[in-house]
Amino acid sequence: MNVARKQSGGLTTDVIVYLVLLAMAGLQIIVAYGSSAGGEGLAARMLVIAFAQATIAVLFFMHLRWEKRTLVISIAVITLFVLAAMQYGWSDSFRLLNGVPFAHLR
Amino acid sequence: MSEADATAGAPGAGLMEASPFAIPAKKLAMWLFIIADAMTFAAILIAYGFLRNSTPNWPAPFKFNPSIINVMLMTFILISSSLTMLIAIRAAQAGDKSRGLTWILVTALGGAIFALLHIREWLGMIGEGVRLFSNPWGTGLFGAGFFSVTGLHLLHVIGGVIALVVVGLRYRGGRYRADDIEVVGLYWHFVDIVWMFVVPLVYLLSIQR
Repeated sequence: MNVARKQSGGLTTDVIVYLVLLAMAGLQIIVAYGSSAGGEGLAARMLVIAFAQATIAVLFFMHLRWEKRTLVISIAVITLFVLAAMQYGWSDSFRLLNGVPFAHLR
Repeated sequence: MSEADATAGAPGAGLMEASPFAIPAKKLAMWLFIIADAMTFAAILIAYGFLRNSTPNWPAPFKFNPSIINVMLMTFILISSSLTMLIAIRAAQAGDKSRGLTWILVTALGGAIFALLHIREWLGMIGEGVRLFSNPWGTGLFGAGFFSVTGLHLLHVIGGVIALVVVGLRYRGGRYRADDIEVVGLYWHFVDIVWMFVVPLVYLLSIQR
């Protein structure tokens, strides 16, 4: 018997999580239209919402919240490390646009 | 019955350790696949973001009507299909095969509608003159980026719909068990999660104002 199955909340929890995810998707639209074009940090704000949505979906829809801690840690460490490592190139994208890294912040 | 229990009577069972993750092998395999696939999507989304950030004349062609309304509808359908997937898993775990299959097919239907709406969106873009390396508005990279990111996701949705139908029918026929429904459900939720990143990065950062 799968341990996660016994403890994975109920349909009420699923519906609440579903409604929260829909509300967050709506919030993304509001944030997008509430900001000016190229507004400072617009991408960051929307990505924060997306990461929050993804975390909720992984924990509740994919039942990771009820899995054994070793699995959760293994998945989180591998995934987050590689995702973080992929971010190293962003400064170069600003260099291509402005000539020097992080020129937009000066 | 856990995997450790299942192998208890097997030859050499005393030499085998229980899985440290306490989940069936196929579920672990699906998690590993999801991690690998997440890296694929992360790489392609970061590449898209890199191009968008470093290109001055990136187009912003998405009008509220029809593009963003279409995206909202697609998001609603995809998140709703995750809920119906959960209902299918619960029905399968309760041993209700008929109800389990019904909800799996409802989930697959949601995925199919999503795919059709996505193709309609693509046809609309193509109708406006967007091609892989050209468009009427700005840098030609836009089409390549747009079709690559959304196309990869669309392929995952179509693959997921096929997997749902196949697993559902085999579950109904007694070849697969509730655990298999749960495993294909993990994949379906993952496809849903990827869409949560595609929407802001591809669509909402390029809305027409």
